[in-house]
Amino acid sequence: MTATLAPHERSGALRAAGGYLGMLIVILVVALPLYWILAAALKERPDIYTVPVTWLPDPVTAENFSTVRTGVDFLDYLRNSIIITVMLTAVQVVLGVLSAYALAFLRFPGRGVVLMFIIAALMVPSQITMISNYALVSSLGWRNSFTGIIVPLAGVAFGTFLMRNHFLSLPSEVLEAAEMDAAGPIRTLVRVVLPMSWPTLIAFTLITVVNEWNQYLWPLLIADDSSVAPLPVGLTQLQDAEGLTNWGPVMAGTVLTMVPILVVFLLLQRHMIKGLTAGAVKG
Amino acid sequence: MTADARTEDRPVAALTAPPPGSGARVVTTRGQRYRRREVLLALAFLFPNLVLLGVFTYRPLLDNFRLSFTSWNIASPTAQYIGFDNYVEWFTSSSSQTVLWNTVVFTGAAVVGSMVLGLALALLLDQKLVGRNAVRSLVFAPFVLAGAAVGVAFQFVFDPTFGLVQDVLGRLGIDAPSFYQDPRWALFMVTTTYVWKNLGYTFVIYLAALQGRRAELDEAAEIDAASTWTKFRRVTWPQLRPATFFLLITVLLNSFQVFDVIHTMTRGGPLGDGTTTMVYQIYQETFVNLRAGYGATVASIMFVALLLITLAQVFLMERGRQK
Repeated sequence: MTATLAPHERSGALRAAGGYLGMLIVILVVALPLYWILAAALKERPDIYTVPVTWLPDPVTAENFSTVRTGVDFLDYLRNSIIITVMLTAVQVVLGVLSAYALAFLRFPGRGVVLMFIIAALMVPSQITMISNYALVSSLGWRNSFTGIIVPLAGVAFGTFLMRNHFLSLPSEVLEAAEMDAAGPIRTLVRVVLPMSWPTLIAFTLITVVNEWNQYLWPLLIADDSSVAPLPVGLTQLQDAEGLTNWGPVMAGTVLTMVPILVVFLLLQRHMIKGLTAGAVKG
Repeated sequence: MTADARTEDRPVAALTAPPPGSGARVVTTRGQRYRRREVLLALAFLFPNLVLLGVFTYRPLLDNFRLSFTSWNIASPTAQYIGFDNYVEWFTSSSSQTVLWNTVVFTGAAVVGSMVLGLALALLLDQKLVGRNAVRSLVFAPFVLAGAAVGVAFQFVFDPTFGLVQDVLGRLGIDAPSFYQDPRWALFMVTTTYVWKNLGYTFVIYLAALQGRRAELDEAAEIDAASTWTKFRRVTWPQLRPATFFLLITVLLNSFQVFDVIHTMTRGGPLGDGTTTMVYQIYQETFVNLRAGYGATVASIMFVALLLITLAQVFLMERGRQK
């Protein structure tokens, strides 16, 4: 059969075969670890600790998941994660949109300086500010409180920058028309600007949701127990309690931490990618 | 002095059409007065965000430099001024060399590894292959997972007796290295785990860059009958330059700051500092050894290093663009 193919067709077939081989390798490398975690979460305890290891959970059990739910207040951690993520996302999106609106459309002295002030904050890693912030939050009596976790993380640099760039790309006629109508700025924002900005706004919101859901170091410092700590912190407390000796519940906890954000991601990944790639490609 | 010279050179231009960003004294001649209402509104819109960034980003950044000159147990109310002692200690201690080495290896391998693999995957999945959309999603998915959850999961994946890695290697007839005892293999393990998680990011950026250049690429490919490699080097790669510079800066900044994967997998060990990077050292000294002053010193050194690296990158990028 190959003999009947012209040389360029044969090289095309070879290239496609190479492409599918590459895809197969990628699938194995990315999906196998995820499968491994899920399989362990569904195994009975003795089946995890066999040599050589077994690849299929047999029998399949939900025991590890019930251990996680009853043993370590996992529902509390889940509730805390939801509270922290929703609050921080709401605050950041509102502050980001308002800041971006002011920087893109309103004329005021020192606008360039304010823009620099906000963008430069992206250059300051949280590990450099955490020592002083920890001392401040402790002295305010905010440890082990949602306030202590949320307020220091609430400033918006990336989102402001993203929204401002988008606002500046809007056709100026629309905004001039809005101004002629003598519409108030809030009215312009809600009626004219936001309806033209949904894709960017959704991207900004999604990136914020993912970031806040995955927050780890700061809540680890501020929260001692399940009263306010989010899932990733709860997961490491589970790891400390059970790790090595009882992988089953730890893997079940890992799966429970990963699944909500994966669902959000699978439904809305296009929007998120739009936000991440904005500004990266054109240079 | 230079400002005076400039106004002497172009006195008319300076009065009628001042360049943006010129000094306050030309504001009145601009003819654009700020509307009081607009200024107040901007202030109201920006105020909360500026206060938050001021109090929780810039204040602690400055305060951190002050703290770096003290000896301070973070639980006690008072810090004692000790001058440059912390800096002298960091720059002369042998463990700093290990920490610095770990940071350079981890960051370098994470940047190079995730960018090279991300580009390779983008080139692969930019081709017309059946099922490529599903594989694209799969590659991107780990990026949205919590680093702490990935770290906990991969601690089990790399388990020396019951893990996936030892089993796969065993089937290939290879003995798994001792990931949790040998510092070099431990560093390899945390770096690999981070690259696995972060690959989706570089992949997505490169894929978007490739798709953005589609039409031009096709034209070039038609004219040029060169080999695939030459085509890539001459046609594709130069067009990926903005994406590459963007990734160099963001991936470097991000991987410099990795804490969650290291904390959940190795706690900075084995042998005390086997996988301790600068960020992990800041945490360890401040919150475990309770030497917050010393932790602040490491943080200050890290900040200055990051600032210099980023400025150097931006400088190189500007020069690359002018060429």
